[in-house]
Amino acid sequence: MKFGILVNEGPYTHEASDTAYQFVRAALAKGHQIYRVFFYHDGVNNGTRLTVPPQDDRNIVKRWSELAAEHKLDLVVCIAAAQRRGLMDAAEAKRNGKDAHNLAPGFRISGLGQLIEAGIQADRLVVFGD
Amino acid sequence: MLHTVNKSPFEHRALETCLKFARQGAAVLLIEDGVYAAARDTAVAEQVQEALKTVSIYALKPDVEARGMQNRVMDGVRLVDYGGFVDLVVEHNAVQSWL
Repeated sequence: MKFGILVNEGPYTHEASDTAYQFVRAALAKGHQIYRVFFYHDGVNNGTRLTVPPQDDRNIVKRWSELAAEHKLDLVVCIAAAQRRGLMDAAEAKRNGKDAHNLAPGFRISGLGQLIEAGIQADRLVVFGD
Repeated sequence: MLHTVNKSPFEHRALETCLKFARQGAAVLLIEDGVYAAARDTAVAEQVQEALKTVSIYALKPDVEARGMQNRVMDGVRLVDYGGFVDLVVEHNAVQSWL
């Protein structure tokens, strides 16, 4: 079965980023397909490569990047939510005249249409958030 | 339909709203702080027990254990792991997250 995942909460807030991650892993382990993980609202903060959590804590951002590399996941960050929160890739940084970019490996920036498409293409859309 | 509730019933009305809308035969999965609703002898226990007459109620075991509640879960509430969560999503035609 194809799953679409929506993450609306930032990392290290309550538990939504963790639950979403564990759900995705469990679904993959059962042979299901993850059509897309869409990060919206504060959820876009799951995609900043500049987080440095304590070494004995889970690294939520790195964990997503590694899972994406291993399973070729499509991790999409909402562009409007990202711009408001200072999250950008190299192209967006250049376009906005910023001197740095911080999108983590495995993530890409795109629009809300990607969420709608995931809702249409996937068999189930599961929402995690605040 | 599968409903998920991730808020403590002692802080938010998510569970109450969910149970109002859940139809007979629906499933409700308590996750994150939502698992506090699965405890015995609380202010909401009666409400949950009443709901168990018409809907199936599950609680995410890792979240129950993370809160040290494994010996306080009321009869009738079934524990599932993340794989069980995935199965519940597959078994129901849609998922409503009460955030």
